[in-house]
Amino acid sequence: MPATEHTDVTDLADLGLDEGGHLLVARALARLAPGERLTVTGRHPALGVHLAAWCREHGHQVADERGALVGPAVSVMVVKGDAGERRWRGAVRAGDAAGAPEARAEQTWGLAARGALVEAGGPPIGAQWSEREHVWADVAPRLYAAAAASQWDPATAVDWAAPVGAVPEEIERAVVQVMTYLVENEQAALIIPARLLSQLHPHYREVMQLLATQAADEARHVEVFTRRALLSGGPLGTSSAGGRASLQTLLAEPDFTTASFLLSVLGEGTFLDLLHFIHDHAPDLVTADVTRLAVRDEARHVAFGVAHTAHLAASDKAYLGALRQSVERRHSALLDTAGLNAEVFDSLVLLAAGSWSPEAIRRGWQAVHDLQSRMDAGRRRRLAYIGFPDDEAAELSALHTRNFM
Amino acid sequence: MGVLLGAVAYDPKVVTIWDGFRAWLREHLDFDYVLYSNYERQVADLVDGRIDVAWNSPLAWVRARRLAAARGAALTPVTMRDTDCDLRSVIVVRADSPVTSVGDLAGRVVASGAVDSPQATLLPLSLLRSAGLVPGVDVAVRRFDVGVGLHGDHVGGERDAARALFASDRVDAACMIDSNLLLFGREGVLPAGSVRVLAQTPQYDHCTMTAGPSAGPDVSVLGDLLRGMDYADAELRPLLDLEGLKEWRPPRLTGYEQLERAVDEAGFYSQDGEVTAADYRP
Repeated sequence: MPATEHTDVTDLADLGLDEGGHLLVARALARLAPGERLTVTGRHPALGVHLAAWCREHGHQVADERGALVGPAVSVMVVKGDAGERRWRGAVRAGDAAGAPEARAEQTWGLAARGALVEAGGPPIGAQWSEREHVWADVAPRLYAAAAASQWDPATAVDWAAPVGAVPEEIERAVVQVMTYLVENEQAALIIPARLLSQLHPHYREVMQLLATQAADEARHVEVFTRRALLSGGPLGTSSAGGRASLQTLLAEPDFTTASFLLSVLGEGTFLDLLHFIHDHAPDLVTADVTRLAVRDEARHVAFGVAHTAHLAASDKAYLGALRQSVERRHSALLDTAGLNAEVFDSLVLLAAGSWSPEAIRRGWQAVHDLQSRMDAGRRRRLAYIGFPDDEAAELSALHTRNFM
Repeated sequence: MGVLLGAVAYDPKVVTIWDGFRAWLREHLDFDYVLYSNYERQVADLVDGRIDVAWNSPLAWVRARRLAAARGAALTPVTMRDTDCDLRSVIVVRADSPVTSVGDLAGRVVASGAVDSPQATLLPLSLLRSAGLVPGVDVAVRRFDVGVGLHGDHVGGERDAARALFASDRVDAACMIDSNLLLFGREGVLPAGSVRVLAQTPQYDHCTMTAGPSAGPDVSVLGDLLRGMDYADAELRPLLDLEGLKEWRPPRLTGYEQLERAVDEAGFYSQDGEVTAADYRP
């Protein structure tokens, strides 16, 4: 391109291009149009040699060298090239940083921050979930903020020194069995948001952040439930084939919304009642602590699942059909399995009973029966909020896995 | 017809570059490429007509020209990168060195790149000769033979030569291309303010894509296509960045006479293009 008459001057004093001087040159060139000239002056002994090499690399021309390239005072005229302009031709903004996320996130935006100017080219991200309707809930930013503010340290949030020695041995075994079961469930609840996260377009960053905190929450739950189970020094409880089968159907759920629906709305929603129950009947302070802390986190997970599912169902009524099918499909898949580990059920009865006396067992049995009723009522309430008519909500709640999660 | 191009695999990225260019060029031209482990075999194959075009170093151009001329054949330069224009080689010394002129290097040790590096060995040693110092006689040369056969495309020899300025058994001066002086400064191999440029060659042009005797009319199509590559094209830009250019330019052989002279002084190739350097084994 022909050089124009306009000439700017920038002086580097004794700064070399090997110690940041190129920043001053680039800054001065940025103010010019391609073809315009910049005179670079300086006293660095190798300025001329450095500048020639730097200009070549960046597509600028050295038009004129006054004096020797090596010497006490150098003055070099540079004609700005157009490579920089060419690089950014075709660049687009990845949505609006301050505004709502776009209805559709382009794969070509890749990992760019929302609102960044994205150079054309580079690998598409290949995210499976790249449409707002399929991942979003308006409450997601607030839930993320709440999650970030509510992170707790398992080492200090629980009084691990509180004695469990006074808990009768058989009650303690019941606690250990329930904790063993909880760990298994929390591991599933960790893997699912992590998997959804890996396939989510990062343009929906609040959802990404929320799922990350959800996975981190479950990691803490796995830790504290494991630690409580080991507190009395005995072996862990049992893991039933039916319970694991039930959880594994969740891992296999391919769709973002149905996975979120089955896990968070139905599974974790049911777990809220379970954790409250264990907390209320905890025979020791540690058991009460770990369930109290977990239930706070789970409430956020349920809130996002419900809000997101309702958001999608509100924009697409037909989607309720897909949700219904996902419940029926999971029910069919689990027809031939035992569902809840019988030892978990018995342990819950014993926890609520507090002893083996017939009267206590009757009370415990009734308490677990009441728990199941509360779980059912909660599921129906959430299903109705999402948009299911009451009769259909009752029907779907009844099809929910006997394994609770 | 079509065009078969040879390129030297001095780095794994060469596969990425030419695979990418091949895919793009084949939309317009029957184009393919082969890779060589060293420039000498590529040059021989170019002159023998086994490849139509060679992506040649300047030293490879010199040898190919001599080999072709000996057979009464001619070569045609096709294109070059914008970054191949107006390079210089420099000889640097430590900033506190008592050496202030090339002549002061008499009796001292100079580090160079690989035996076959035009920019870090042949041209700077020619610069010494022009000041009256015969390498190996008046001045000792410590050569850093990294990537022999790659004509200095591998930066390792130059970097080792630069490091030798500050090694325990240190040399008095080191030879390198101007862009590597800047690179080594920014890498910290040569800390800021640690060296002084003692001498520099006149400007010269570097790599040249060269058409051989088997090249047909499609070679000019290839040249047009390469020169038409637009840095604004998001598909091509990563490849152009890897290859180190913003645009392909019409070919130029400015300053090649410096290298022809350096080759003769060093006895590197004979006039008819045979390899005559005794200690060169690509």
